[in-house]
Amino acid sequence: MSDTQESMINNTNSGSPLGVRGTKTAKILVFSTEKISDPAIDMAGLLKLHYPPTVYTISVPCSSGIKPSWILYAYEKGFDGVFIAADGSDCVYGESCTEKTGHLMAKTHNMMKEKEIDPARLRMAAICSVCSESFVKQMRNFNEYLLKTRETIPNP
Amino acid sequence: MKPKKIGVYICHCGGNISDYVDVEKVRQSVEGEDVVFIAKTTMFACSDANQRDMVEDIKQNELDGVIVASCSPKLHLLTFRNVSVRADLNKYTYVHANIREQASWAHSDNKAAATEKAIHLVKAAIAKSRYAQALETNKIKTTKAVAVVGAGVAGMKAAITLAQKDTHVFLIEKMPAVGGHVAEWGSLFSTNETGSEMVNRLYNEVKQYDNISVMTNSEVIENKGSVGNIMLKVRTKTENDNEGHIAEINVGSVLMATGFDHYTPEEGEFGYHSSDKIITLPEFKRMVDTQNGKLVHNGKEVKNIAYIYCVGSRQTEGENTYCSRNCCTSTIHAAVTAKNKFAGIHNFHFTRGLRTYGKQEIIYAESLRQGDIYLQSYEEDPATVIAENNKVIVKINDILTSGKELEVEADLVVLVTGMVPRTDSNMGPLFKIPKGRDKFFTEVHMKLRPVETVIDGITIAGTCQGPKNIAESVNSALSAATKSYTILNKGELETDPLVATIDPEKCTWCGACEEACPFDAIIKTDKNGKTIAEINNTVCKGCGMCAPVCDPDAVNLIACSSKEIMSMIDALV
Repeated sequence: MSDTQESMINNTNSGSPLGVRGTKTAKILVFSTEKISDPAIDMAGLLKLHYPPTVYTISVPCSSGIKPSWILYAYEKGFDGVFIAADGSDCVYGESCTEKTGHLMAKTHNMMKEKEIDPARLRMAAICSVCSESFVKQMRNFNEYLLKTRETIPNP
Repeated sequence: MKPKKIGVYICHCGGNISDYVDVEKVRQSVEGEDVVFIAKTTMFACSDANQRDMVEDIKQNELDGVIVASCSPKLHLLTFRNVSVRADLNKYTYVHANIREQASWAHSDNKAAATEKAIHLVKAAIAKSRYAQALETNKIKTTKAVAVVGAGVAGMKAAITLAQKDTHVFLIEKMPAVGGHVAEWGSLFSTNETGSEMVNRLYNEVKQYDNISVMTNSEVIENKGSVGNIMLKVRTKTENDNEGHIAEINVGSVLMATGFDHYTPEEGEFGYHSSDKIITLPEFKRMVDTQNGKLVHNGKEVKNIAYIYCVGSRQTEGENTYCSRNCCTSTIHAAVTAKNKFAGIHNFHFTRGLRTYGKQEIIYAESLRQGDIYLQSYEEDPATVIAENNKVIVKINDILTSGKELEVEADLVVLVTGMVPRTDSNMGPLFKIPKGRDKFFTEVHMKLRPVETVIDGITIAGTCQGPKNIAESVNSALSAATKSYTILNKGELETDPLVATIDPEKCTWCGACEEACPFDAIIKTDKNGKTIAEINNTVCKGCGMCAPVCDPDAVNLIACSSKEIMSMIDALV
């Protein structure tokens, strides 16, 4: 895959043309949860709420089960940002999810600092099953941040 | 080890995918992958014909697994797992790629990018498929009880249906009395029964069942657990105690039937509140139902009645772009009733095209026979209401008479208001039920899974899902009750065996995983003279909380292991 996505057509449907030819978008890996945030991301598609096309999702059962090593691996392989679409207090596996996901975020941030990776390249927000608009907003903002700060993202 | 042979099927979904994603390009991009033995595109992967072809492909080519790239797995994961089973493959060898909600629809503004993304999503699925293995399902015991939230016609009908199936029902109603909006109505089309009579009949039937616990003045305030075992806290208020008492109930499924609100016109919308001669449809129906002899409004006899349709529905701007479905019929029925009941009534219907579908055409035909006048406009040029000098004039450029400007001086203008989602209900946020663009609760699929939500075990019925008439609400209630029942009827539920595993070589027993596990599924054990962690598979829920805390990386989830996730990252980047 090229580092950025290109479009062969003009954007006709969205107020904000993301990924249109001549623009660049950051590569963002989203860890999403099967029961809580996956439905929100699916519904964003259903509602045609567009977000950068270089956002890719990997589903996991619970956000507190994401290994820091996966996140670091994603940076190593070339992702610009990693976003954890966390269960928050809605987690079907219990209330401790929020605290545990917070711990793994802190642990990963420390590991990123050690490797001189900008900790802001890892973001987390609770995305509930109806938080489609919130998800799209997060992706657009994260994309903007990464484009501003990541000089290595080449122009298409 | 013999390399795997995988079949990949890329769905057009009619045009839902292929209008935006070049599915042939996706196919060509993955057909060369070493494990891909077959790569095909298909118009509808879920069609019976394609499913039969898949079974044949799997058997003929001795495939080890299949991937379907189509819609959300919420919709068809089970469908294609079952295809695998019919072809004598273990269902956990199946891997799904979502290229509709997360590619074609999400990026319908950018076809090339949508195609590129779809290619990578399918390649990630192939990467995952390399590690997919045959597994046996786990089983959990389920609570054979259903909470039905909302005791309107849909809720009561669902409760009766479930009770007949030997299921305990908690029928929870926020208001002091059952019946919802139907209890407000007088005569109904197409029955001689009034709304309150129908509600009483249903309620009397409800009371016949010992296994229905009716909880009025009650509201669910807490929701915990998951499908099969859901713990709810219900607050019941009494006259003297507004705080009320709280009951804890355990159910296996929740059936949501919380109903609708009437649309309230904006100030000045079609003259609303500019004259006391302008009222809404529910107000008019109450007048017709409760008055006798003469139809009187504010002390004056009413003769000329103008009905303005689609107020708050089918709006060209704003949120309510949908049709409220029942208001055309309800209005015509009220108009016919008024004409039959009161002398000298003249009905003038200002419509934007009538939608008295199916048997409801009968009441439309009756109103025509009685001489009702129908005038019609386009949505961009609706009727206008002018209230001046104690007169109300309704004007229209009537397209049925080649756009002639016609006007009626009305004694009463009835704004035909439709349905809107409940604004005072906390149930949506509490149960995290997704809402559609119309802000009503939304189903997984309007045709294939019409009463299920993406939240396992939560079904929806009646008008909380969208505008419906009574017959349609009852149909959906019966369907939702049946769906909730099928979740619970066996007393146990099959769950995915996607539990944690321990690598005994790497494990040094530090206890971190035991501490992280919320289900006490990790046991300290000795194996070949070494103290290590062991997973109790019957208790493990597969959340994975134990995995990130393991410093030697000895814990992995089945189907979500480091090697699978990292190979997917390789494919996506």
